[in-house]
Amino acid sequence: MSRIARRFAALKQEGRGALIPYLEACDPDFQTSLDLLKAMPEAGADLIEIGMPFSDPSADGPIIQLAARRGLKAGATLPRLFEMVKSFREQDNDTPIILMGYLNPIEAYGIDRFCVDASAAGIDGLIIVDMPPEEAGPMQGPAKAAGLDIIRLIAPTTDDNRLKLVLNHASGFVYYVSITGITGTRSASDEDLRAALVRLRAVTDLPVAIGFGIRTPEQAASASRIAEGAVVASALLATLAKTLDAADQATPSTLPSVLTQLRELAAAVRS
Amino acid sequence: MDAFVAPCYTARPDNSARERSAAETATIMTDGARANSLRNGPDASGHFGDGLGGRFVAETLMPLILELDAAYKTAQADPAFHKELAFYLKDYVGRPSPLWFAKRLTDQLGGAKIYMKREELNHTGSHKLNNVMGQILLARRMGRTRIVAETGAGQHGVATATVCALFGMQCVIYMGATDVERQAPNVFRMKLLGAEVVPVTSGAGTLKDAMNEAMRDWVANVHDTYFLVGTVAGPHPYPAMVRDFQSVIGDEVKVQMEEAEGRLPDVIVAAIGGGSNAMGIFHPFLDDLSVRLIGVEAAGHGLDSGKTAASIERGTRGVLHGNRTYLLQDENGQIIEAHSISAGLDYPGVGPEHSWLHEIGRAEYVGITDDEALDAFQTCTRTEGIIPALESAHAVAHATKIAPTLSPETLLVINISGRGDKDIFTVAEHLGVKL
Repeated sequence: MSRIARRFAALKQEGRGALIPYLEACDPDFQTSLDLLKAMPEAGADLIEIGMPFSDPSADGPIIQLAARRGLKAGATLPRLFEMVKSFREQDNDTPIILMGYLNPIEAYGIDRFCVDASAAGIDGLIIVDMPPEEAGPMQGPAKAAGLDIIRLIAPTTDDNRLKLVLNHASGFVYYVSITGITGTRSASDEDLRAALVRLRAVTDLPVAIGFGIRTPEQAASASRIAEGAVVASALLATLAKTLDAADQATPSTLPSVLTQLRELAAAVRS
Repeated sequence: MDAFVAPCYTARPDNSARERSAAETATIMTDGARANSLRNGPDASGHFGDGLGGRFVAETLMPLILELDAAYKTAQADPAFHKELAFYLKDYVGRPSPLWFAKRLTDQLGGAKIYMKREELNHTGSHKLNNVMGQILLARRMGRTRIVAETGAGQHGVATATVCALFGMQCVIYMGATDVERQAPNVFRMKLLGAEVVPVTSGAGTLKDAMNEAMRDWVANVHDTYFLVGTVAGPHPYPAMVRDFQSVIGDEVKVQMEEAEGRLPDVIVAAIGGGSNAMGIFHPFLDDLSVRLIGVEAAGHGLDSGKTAASIERGTRGVLHGNRTYLLQDENGQIIEAHSISAGLDYPGVGPEHSWLHEIGRAEYVGITDDEALDAFQTCTRTEGIIPALESAHAVAHATKIAPTLSPETLLVINISGRGDKDIFTVAEHLGVKL
């Protein structure tokens, strides 16, 4: 059983959903993002998404765009990201790590080599924003061979026919994009989310995590009950950005601020 | 006049003739789909050759892209759509555009016989309106009320704002902040036409960043918004659809050259940013293997200067803005900012069909520097009395390089894709003239 499947099974036993925070690799520098990654499980992260910065994040809102730019400026590359995860795995062999990013840096690295190296580093799943199932052919074999789940995004615009097609290609869990929009902008109502989950449950047995627009502990708690997990990204990155100095460098309040917010989210999800 | 009318998208005042024109169009489309033709691409999933093109977009957009594909196929098969488009192309855009024999330039260069396809004479001053007119009619069929578009030099933005004014639709144009500054006249034009112009400050504030922002807007406003892409790039069906709408250029050249010289041209030269004017003039000739097709990229400060926009000559395969194509990128797959004096060519990618034509060797791709383009801008202006856009000046520059090496029987066509009035401030600055 994969780390992802084990974690969702354990949470089901516990009777609660997962809290899935997000951080951007090398934002604002390698060491700070590594320290943050290492501190996240203790602060309540059940799974962790690490963003691989891309120069042209066309599905992301301003907060993640800026985080990606800081990460790139600090030298984020796939090898650096793998290094982060390897270091994390020395202390934590249970918390699943999901790499989220765009296809081009992966293709530039080489798809086969990427899957082997990502898996060896301790990454469990991939969310590749601009790789719909129709274009996933070259990735599927190498990802499967390396034991990496390809986590599929489902959007409110995905109709029932397409839902079947997309979920045929899904593994690990399903990421429900709760709004039609870019990351970190607006939020969906609980009512919309419940209706969406009814649609998803009819087609898949995989756990579902809800993302895009979850900012507050209340929203995280509610989403983690409607589905099996809640992803919080922009809200945490916004907090991190606020603690940086004028040159976008980390300050003594950077880690404590983000981790305090994460603890509040975790407490709500567990309450 | 009738003799100069190209077979595609032709409207005449009486209805029976319009019917005939639609039927002719249908014949040509069937003809174009014959086996072993280079004109058959892309395949149903939008791929050219070995994996170029395609649809690399977030799931939120996939259903919309598929809906657009279906709507475009339906429109393509509907004679009423072609009839409507032909009407607007003739009476609003002002087609057909002339094929001008550039005698003074020919004499001066002493080689190939140079013709100029006068796309700069279209309404709004460039070839952009050909595509925009097609897509706005499609958007109306699809019931969309709000249009978003990206623009570099502002030519596509002006064309889009123009048709939105014509049809009373809401229009939002994303334009890099750098481009807003260097193309001020076009920004004002768009505003006069009623469009909202949003300056984009991410990245270098050029066309690539405007494209990202337009895609973000579309994702957030899927219910009423149509994304009107200005070039032969983006997720399928855009590259094929924009090419089809721009192919009126090459279709006309075929007829006009037959009329003027009784045969096909030998060489066609066109500038390439995303590549829509070049694809429009190339595509009808893809199966005429005697016709040399030359795409001119912006070399910027020089192909190896690191400040270039020559995606095919200095790029590698990658995925950006919904398609796999040649991109300027670093070894980590991060996109590199392009550079060109011409805002319309200042893009680190290129349409996937051009990448394919490059890989199979059907078209040649060359680079022209900023300085060479500036020289050609002046040569064209002084010799023919035609002020070309800086984009088109790249094509003129390459033509002036090769024309003297070709025989006087060689028929060479330059696509003058736009007029240069918008560029006089940039050119003045480079010539040290204060306006």
